[in-house]
Amino acid sequence: MSQSLDRQKAKPHLAEEWVGKIYTFLCILFLITTIFSIVYFVASKGLSTFIVNHVNVIDLLTGLKWLPDGEPALFGALPFIFGSFSTSILAACLAAPLGFCAAVFMVEISPKFGRKYLQPVIELLAGIPSVVYGFVGLSVIVPFFRDVFPGQGIGIAAGALVLSIMILPTITTIATDALAALPKGLKEGSYALGSTRWQTIYRIVLPTTLPALMTGIVLGIARAFGEALAVQMVIGNAPHIPRSLFESASTLTSAITLSMGNTAMGSLANNALWSLALILMLMTFVFVFIVRFLEGRSKL
Amino acid sequence: MQGIGLSAKDLSVSYGDRPAVKKVSLDFAPKQVTALIGPSGCGKSTFLRSLNRMNDLIPNCTVTGEIWIRDQNINSPATDVVSLRQKIGMVWQRPNPFHKSIYENIAFGPRYHGVKKKKELDEIVEESLTKAALWEETKDRLHNSALALSGGQQQRLCIARSIAVKPDIILMDEPASALDPVSTAKIEELISELKREYCIIIVTHNMHQAARVSEKTAFFLMGEVMEYDSTNNIFTNPQRAETSDYITGRFG
Repeated sequence: MSQSLDRQKAKPHLAEEWVGKIYTFLCILFLITTIFSIVYFVASKGLSTFIVNHVNVIDLLTGLKWLPDGEPALFGALPFIFGSFSTSILAACLAAPLGFCAAVFMVEISPKFGRKYLQPVIELLAGIPSVVYGFVGLSVIVPFFRDVFPGQGIGIAAGALVLSIMILPTITTIATDALAALPKGLKEGSYALGSTRWQTIYRIVLPTTLPALMTGIVLGIARAFGEALAVQMVIGNAPHIPRSLFESASTLTSAITLSMGNTAMGSLANNALWSLALILMLMTFVFVFIVRFLEGRSKL
Repeated sequence: MQGIGLSAKDLSVSYGDRPAVKKVSLDFAPKQVTALIGPSGCGKSTFLRSLNRMNDLIPNCTVTGEIWIRDQNINSPATDVVSLRQKIGMVWQRPNPFHKSIYENIAFGPRYHGVKKKKELDEIVEESLTKAALWEETKDRLHNSALALSGGQQQRLCIARSIAVKPDIILMDEPASALDPVSTAKIEELISELKREYCIIIVTHNMHQAARVSEKTAFFLMGEVMEYDSTNNIFTNPQRAETSDYITGRFG
């Protein structure tokens, strides 16, 4: 008697559980399908340069000349790859020390002021559209560089500087979280041995949170690597490896955004751009794996 | 008396408006273990943290009164807190080894207080680990991570770390309450060894521990010291009803 009653009662709950399960499953299925479709689409387009059009992979990765309309057409993407890496890494080099110091200030030196004013300001930086960054870069940084350094002002230096401001929030936020999550006991342990605040920050706080800080840098580089618009506005977009930081250059993203509209779908030139997109995507995967690896190490 | 002790005079601590310790005056003799006992929230840990000015790190915590070491009031703004904390070591409830090797954990303090020569550091590391009864267990893996040690070993490492800066006084805040009975016994044994050289002040919830390791015991209640006497008297012949109620387990 009680047995059957239990079962009757259990039925609506069971149905509820199933609805929840199916609903979440469908959502995740949709997500996974989308991701795989994008990867498949980019890969199939990007690889057809090599498979259908028989362009040599090595030539594409190491070639110095990008002449899609030339005779013969040349697809050397090295200038773009070089431009992407140099701007992102330079941007990270500029932003990382700034971001760390801002985080140390917000968490260790002046938490009250930091939490109340600095954090919102830095989060605000993340919300500014990239076209605004590009525009400011074009009307402030480029003229400044033109006056101070030889050259036109455009180039890798201008691109890196704009990017460094754009990735500053990423690096600062992650560094702040990492510093705030540090067990209080570690800092107290250091203070109790008669360390100064600076010694504690330098010898205990920073080394202990290093993996998380590195994660922030890599995520910053990944963001800089994928940024197209702002960079395109200040870098000059000449498809060759520049001899100085103040000479026109290109990145993978700027090459794609500039030329995609001018090529016919399915043509060799179009496929070559997809190959650039494939390189971008694969690099992003590499960054994600690096972050995963670092996160694994930071769990002590 | 030889060695260095410490005395607190009218020491009060409050967090914002809330008083945590009210006008406590206690003298701690050198080469002795003094236990601070009392129910949770009675202010004994707060009192302990005031003695090496750790409460400076807590915003809106105010400490008034005097703390005398020799002829110096260390609770004055003129005190150099950094060098004070070299003289007063501290060990916490949860072991907090740095994320470094065993060697570097010990060498951390001395190195930043000016010991640069590797040979001297080696000696300090060996001496400190030996005193903390950890040398035999760790001498072959000094350069392995300190986090690979067991909880009890980590706690002894933390004690060794505080000995390494040659303090006169060691404060211990429930040093064994996160440890298993075997490790606890080792820590207690260690405390009995260390009191030959240091003035040790230990906060504990474990009354058997207080009875085992300490010479004198102070009973805290609601931020005040109810009774301060030799451990023997406190446990066998308490003068106040509250003390007797607490140690017999009627409250707390």
